[in-house]
Amino acid sequence: MTLDHNESRLLLPTYRREPATGQPPLDTPGYRSTRLRHPTKPLVVLPQRLTEVTGPLFGEDRVRPGESDLTTRHAGEPLGQRIIVHGRVLDGDGKPVPNTLVELWQANASGRYRHVVDNWPAPLDPNFDGTGRAVTDAEGRYNFTTIKPGAYPWRNHDNAWRPAHIHFSLFGRAFTQRLVTQMYFPDDPLFFQDPIFNAIPDAAARERMISRFDMAGTRAEWALAFEFDIVLRGSAATPFEEEDDDE
Amino acid sequence: MSELLSTPSQTVGPYLSLVLPWEDGPFAVAEGTAGAIWITGTVYDGSGAEVPDALVETWQADDNGRFTHPDDPRGGATTPGFRGFGRCPTDEHGRYRILTVKPGALPTPEGGTEAPHIDVSVFARGLLNRVVTRIYFADEADANATDSVLASVDANRRNTLIAQSAGDGYHFDVHFQGERETVFFDV
Repeated sequence: MTLDHNESRLLLPTYRREPATGQPPLDTPGYRSTRLRHPTKPLVVLPQRLTEVTGPLFGEDRVRPGESDLTTRHAGEPLGQRIIVHGRVLDGDGKPVPNTLVELWQANASGRYRHVVDNWPAPLDPNFDGTGRAVTDAEGRYNFTTIKPGAYPWRNHDNAWRPAHIHFSLFGRAFTQRLVTQMYFPDDPLFFQDPIFNAIPDAAARERMISRFDMAGTRAEWALAFEFDIVLRGSAATPFEEEDDDE
Repeated sequence: MSELLSTPSQTVGPYLSLVLPWEDGPFAVAEGTAGAIWITGTVYDGSGAEVPDALVETWQADDNGRFTHPDDPRGGATTPGFRGFGRCPTDEHGRYRILTVKPGALPTPEGGTEAPHIDVSVFARGLLNRVVTRIYFADEADANATDSVLASVDANRRNTLIAQSAGDGYHFDVHFQGERETVFFDV
């Protein structure tokens, strides 16, 4: 062997490919907005190389004090049911993802977003803007205090209503792990008619978007609690062949 | 070992602009960085209409082909002010822009070389998952000719991945559908 070992082989992690039934097809006719936006040609498999197995590592630098409490950022208190939303960010091996940015947005208690294109006849709340940021701790834990969002109508189909949900955006530690999802609440009666929730073919995978009511996490005389663990793609271990070759 | 399956993706919906755009989002490098370029373009839907509610994110190596990341064993980025990540919501005309530097070429685990490229994610209402594409550069014809990812793409569609020189940088449009549908990747 004449190769310099430092240059002979670049060893990179590999992020596992999971069953397609655990993710929503881009072409989901029941969700009308996909019609003109989903790719029509098959996706090309991209090998996972340096650009894919690395990614931006955003942490405390992207969060200002108080951004994880959506109930204390205005002159008064927002209306609605005060809740704690907490959980862990894990990778597919069950390992916590520490010090990673979590971004969140949601409707207010009446189901209205403070956004220029949301003008259905439900009231805005001057004390709630529905945006939050937090960073996970060393055990991958995050914690928000907010208001339980209301359901809201949309024009996808006749009398369509979105189940109450909170949008989450996460980076993890690699381009392959980037995730935007929605957290739902247990036993929502609107699930059956929601094409976004039901776009995921596998029922068990849909369950992974539903938070758990967490009595132990409640704060007496203050707030209810919901627990939502978020799993980012796992990586296969770096192969060991290199070491074997050296022996 | 217990393997957990991922939390499924859901659409960003129409209200992503409440929190995802950052004031410094479009700056993958600091303003004033030597050799900085603007990558600009428009996102189009299948009717040819501009998409005014998308978010474009970019991730790339610095001009020496380096990442500041523990899984890159070669050492970190060397360009001062380099973040490598850009994020820009589209405006009412579907336009986005990212200030960055042209990345260097990259070694592959197989011993080859990847042509300079930027990984791109596009999020939008109507996209239940992000779509992923890559930006390559028209003035890197020799490197592009030997890039294995480009080679894996139908030759008739390869040009959808090539940014063209324009003004103070490069131009790269994204077409979700249509005759010029961008090549999207399964990463």
